[in-house]
Amino acid sequence: VWSIAQNSPNLFHTKCSVFSSNYLDVIRARSSCFAFPGRYYDYIFDFNKSQLGPAKRNSAVELKQLLVSVVLEPECDLYPSITSDESYTLAVEGPVAFLKANRVWGVLRGLETFSQLIYQDSYGTFTVNESNIIDSPRFPHRGILIDTARHFLPIKTILKTLDAMAFNKFNVLHWHIVDDQSFPYQSVAFPELSNKGSYSLSHVYTPNDVRTVIEYARLRGIRVIPEFDSPGHTQSWGKGQKNLLTPCYNGPKQSGTFGPINPILNSTYCFLSQFFKEVSTVFPDQFVHLGGDEVEFTCWESNPEVIAFMKKKGFGRDFQRLQSFYIQKLLGIVSTVNKGAIVWQEVFDDHAKLNPGTVVQVWKNEMYPVTQAAVTAAGFPVILSAPWYLDWISYGQDWRNYYKVDPLDFDGSQEQKKLVIGGEACLWGEYVDATNLTPRLWPRASAVGERLWSQQNIKDLEDAYDRLTIHRCRMARRGIAAEPLFTGYCNF
Amino acid sequence: MAGPGLWFSLLLAAALAGRAAALWPWPQYVQTSESHYAIFPYNFQFRYHASSAAQPGCSVLDEAFQRYRDLLFSSRSWQPPEPARKQHAPEKSSLVILVGTPGCNELPSLESGENYTLTINDDHCFLLSETVWGALRGLETFSQLVWRSPEGAFFINKTEIEDFPRFPHRGLLLDTSRHYLPLTSILDTLDVMAYNKFNVFHWHLVDDSSFPYDSFTFPELTRKGSYDPATHIYTAQDVKEVIEYARLRGIRVLAEFDTPGHTLSWGPGVPGLLTPCYSGSHPTGTFGPVNPILNTTYEFMSAFFLEVSSVFPDFYLHLGGDEVDFTCWKSNPDIQAFMKKQGFGNDFKQLESFYIQTLLSIVSAYDKGYVVWQEVFDNKVKVRPDTIIQVWREETPVHYTKEMELITRAGFRALLSAPWYLNHITYGPDWSEIYMVEPLDFKGSPQQKALVIGGEACMWGEYVDSTNLAPRLWPRAGAVAERLWSSELVTSVDFAFKRLTRFRCELLRRGVQAQPLNVGYCEQEFEET
Repeated sequence: VWSIAQNSPNLFHTKCSVFSSNYLDVIRARSSCFAFPGRYYDYIFDFNKSQLGPAKRNSAVELKQLLVSVVLEPECDLYPSITSDESYTLAVEGPVAFLKANRVWGVLRGLETFSQLIYQDSYGTFTVNESNIIDSPRFPHRGILIDTARHFLPIKTILKTLDAMAFNKFNVLHWHIVDDQSFPYQSVAFPELSNKGSYSLSHVYTPNDVRTVIEYARLRGIRVIPEFDSPGHTQSWGKGQKNLLTPCYNGPKQSGTFGPINPILNSTYCFLSQFFKEVSTVFPDQFVHLGGDEVEFTCWESNPEVIAFMKKKGFGRDFQRLQSFYIQKLLGIVSTVNKGAIVWQEVFDDHAKLNPGTVVQVWKNEMYPVTQAAVTAAGFPVILSAPWYLDWISYGQDWRNYYKVDPLDFDGSQEQKKLVIGGEACLWGEYVDATNLTPRLWPRASAVGERLWSQQNIKDLEDAYDRLTIHRCRMARRGIAAEPLFTGYCNF
Repeated sequence: MAGPGLWFSLLLAAALAGRAAALWPWPQYVQTSESHYAIFPYNFQFRYHASSAAQPGCSVLDEAFQRYRDLLFSSRSWQPPEPARKQHAPEKSSLVILVGTPGCNELPSLESGENYTLTINDDHCFLLSETVWGALRGLETFSQLVWRSPEGAFFINKTEIEDFPRFPHRGLLLDTSRHYLPLTSILDTLDVMAYNKFNVFHWHLVDDSSFPYDSFTFPELTRKGSYDPATHIYTAQDVKEVIEYARLRGIRVLAEFDTPGHTLSWGPGVPGLLTPCYSGSHPTGTFGPVNPILNTTYEFMSAFFLEVSSVFPDFYLHLGGDEVDFTCWKSNPDIQAFMKKQGFGNDFKQLESFYIQTLLSIVSAYDKGYVVWQEVFDNKVKVRPDTIIQVWREETPVHYTKEMELITRAGFRALLSAPWYLNHITYGPDWSEIYMVEPLDFKGSPQQKALVIGGEACMWGEYVDSTNLAPRLWPRAGAVAERLWSSELVTSVDFAFKRLTRFRCELLRRGVQAQPLNVGYCEQEFEET
C-alpha cells in the first residue's frame, strides 16, 4: 500500500484469511449522485496475467461486494477545497467489504487504497487480505507543480499526471501556467496575450482545454490552483499587452528591453483587475497563486518615471517597497473577486503587508526551516516546497532524500506547526516536457506523497523501498511510465 | 578536407544555419548555397546508378530507401495537402546512388569504409560511396538536408558534401541485465543510433542481476538466471532480429559476456561455476566471481563461448573483465591452496590474469578478436597485441586521459567511455560537457593517437528501463556521436546548440522520445500514447 494509512500497524497484524473475487459488485448507499468510477474496475481487474480460473482454496471466501457508504452530504457536485474531508474507513472481511467516508473525497481515497490491497496469487486469482483501515491525511494540501511556460505540455500529459496524482493521493495541481518564455493561457478578455505570447498558436490552452483539466481533476478529488506569476517572470505578457511591462532605460534613452510589470501606471491595475476577474471565473478553486518571486529591480532602477514615483511615495531607493506596493494592490484586486491568495516567500521576506490567510510557499533551500518558523510566527499558513524540487535530478536514489524530510522540523509552537498546511513537489520545466515528465515525476514524487499523507512515524526507508517498488510497478501497469527505483523488474 | 576550406564552409554553414537543415553530426566538408530545388514526394525516387555495385535486390539499400521515404514524406501526424505545382524552383526528382564495391549481404566491420559524397546542384542529385555503409550515412545526411516551407512544400538546397567519420568505432552501450529492455526498445534505439551515425551497438547482455540471454547450450542459465524466463529473455530469434536490424543500419553488434566478475546470475544455472565464499572454514552460502581454479570452469567457458561465437557474427566479442572483487577468492581455502601451488603468493591479480588469459585463448581459438575493460590492462594480464581496451574509469587508477596515454603507449588500441557515462545524470544541460571532450587530449605520439579507434556512450541500467531510456539517451548521446564522427575542429558549443536543438525537434518528428536541451518548443511536440 502506498501512502500508509493512519492506523497502519493494525493492517500488518491482521489474520491473513484470503478472499478471491473475479467480479466485484459495488453497492452505493446513501449517495444518489455518486457514480462508481469505472476506472477502478480496470485498475483492479485488468491485469495481463492470464487467469487459470479461480483456484478455490478451502479457506478462501469470495468477496462479492464492496459496499460504499457516504455518511454526510457527499459534495458530489462541488469542487474540492482545503477543508474537504478526505477521511475514510475500509473494512475487508466476510463476503462484503465496507468503505465508509464522510464525503465523496474520502470514497475516492478509499477506493484507491482498496485497489492497492488487491493482488493476484500465483494462480492469477484476485485476492485481498482481511483488513481494517482507518485513514485520513496528515496534511490537507498535497500538491504537484507543473510548469507549462518553459515547455508547453499537451493536455494528454496533464491528464496523465492527474491520474498518477490520484494513485498517490495528491490533491492539488499547482498549474504554473505562464512565465517569461511563453503565455499559453488563452484569455477571452485579452486574446492577444496568447496570440502574441505563446510559443505558437498550437501551443495554447483554450478555455475548453482548461475546463477539461479542471473537471478531470475534480473527478479525482484534485484542486486546480492556477499561478499567474507577477510582477517578475512576465516577459511573455508584454508581447500581447503593450505598456504593461516596465521599459528599461540605458541612461536617458529606452533600451528596447523590458522588465517586470510596471507598478506605477493605473493602466496596469486596470488590466490586472479585468484579467483576474476572468481568472476568478475560469478557475473555480478558492485560491489563486500570484507568484511574486525573483523580481529583478535593475529595470525599475533604470526607469526615470519609476524613480520619480518612488520619490513621490517616499520609498527612497527601497525597491522592495515598490514591489510590496504592487503586490498589495494585486492582493486587493484578488480579494475583490473573492479569492484567497498564495504567494512565493519573497513576498513575505520583502515585507509586503499580507491579508490574514494569505498562504506563503517556501521554496528557497537555504535554511528553509528558519523561513517556515518566521512565516508561521507571523501567523501565515505555509506550503513547503524547498526540499522537493524534483527538477533537480541527480544520479541515484534521490527519492530517499525527499522521503526523509519532516515538514514540521522547525523551531515553533504547536500553533505555528498547525499553520503548515502541506507541501508541493515542484517540477519546473526548463528541462522537462512531455518526453520526460512522467519518468521524472514518478515515482520520486510518490515519496513526497507519502510524507504528506501518512503519519510522521512512518519513516522506515527499507519498508518504504519495498512498498514503493511494488507501487511503481502498479503505476506502470496502469499506464504511468514511472521510472525504476533500482535494479529489478516488474511482474507483467 | 581540413584547413581553410573547412573554416570557410563552417562560416558559410553557420550563416545559413537559419536556412539549411539541422545537420547532426556535422559533416567533414559542407558547402551550401541559397539556391534550392523542389521535391515532390509523389515524383521523387531513390535510384541506383547503372554502374553501381549495389543494385535493386541489395537489401541494405532497398530497405533504406523505403525507410527514408517514410521519414521524409510521411509525417506521423500533421500532413498538409500537396501545394499547387507552381514552383519557381527547379525540381529534383531523384537521388541517384552509386556504390563502388559490392557487399550488400555482408556485415559491417571495424574496417568498413563509411565515406560518401553528396552532390546536389543544377546538374546532379547524386550520392557516391565506396560501400553500402557509406551510402547509408549519406542517405541519413540527405534526409537531414530536405526541409519544408511553411506552406508544406519540400525543398533541398544546392549542396556539396564530402564526409567520412573521424573514428571508426562509434558505439552505444545498453545494459539489459540490471533491467530487461523489451525488444522494441532495442530496435528503436538502433533506429536513433542510425540517425546519429553511431555504428556499434555494445550489448551488455548479462550481469549480476539477471541473465536474459537464451542459451541453447545451457538453457538452465536462462531459466534460472533471468528475471522471468517466460517474459524477460532474448530468444535466439530475438537476437537474430537485433543483429539483422542493426546490419541494415550499418551497425555492428558487439556482444559482452562479462566475466569473471559480474556473474552472480550465472550461478543458479551452472552449479559449481562461481566461487563459494567462506567464513573461516565454512562456506557462507554466498558466491563470488567465476571459480578460476576448476577445469570444469574452462570446459563450461569453452562450450559457452563456442555458442556465443556462432550466434554473434561480429569479429569482436567483449569479454568484460571489470571490477573483480577478490574478497571471495581470498576466503576460499581451495583457492588459497591453488595460489600457493602456482606461486602467486598473495597477488590475486595474478589469479585474475590466469583466468583471463585462459579465457582469451579459448576465444581466440574461435577466431574472434576481443575487447576488454581497462582493468585487464591495469592488472597486467597478458593479452594479444590486437586486443582493444575500453577506458571507463574517470579517476582511478589514474585520470582517464593518462590511462589513454598508457594504453596506447603499450601499443594497444583504445576505446574511450569514461567521460561518457550517460547514466550519470545531473541538473542542467550536461550535453555540452559531453560534447567538449576531446578523445585525443593526452600526451602521445601521432602513432599512439592513431591507436584510439573511437569511443562509446554508456547507458548502464541500474536506474534505467524502457520507461526512461529514450529521454535519458537522446539527444545527449548525440553529443558523443558528433564528437566521434566530426572533425576535431568542430568544437563551438553555440554552433552545436543551434543544430542539436533543431535536430532534437527532427527526432521528435521522427517519433523519438528525445528530451529537451533547454527552454523552448518544437512545432510538433511529443504526444504520449
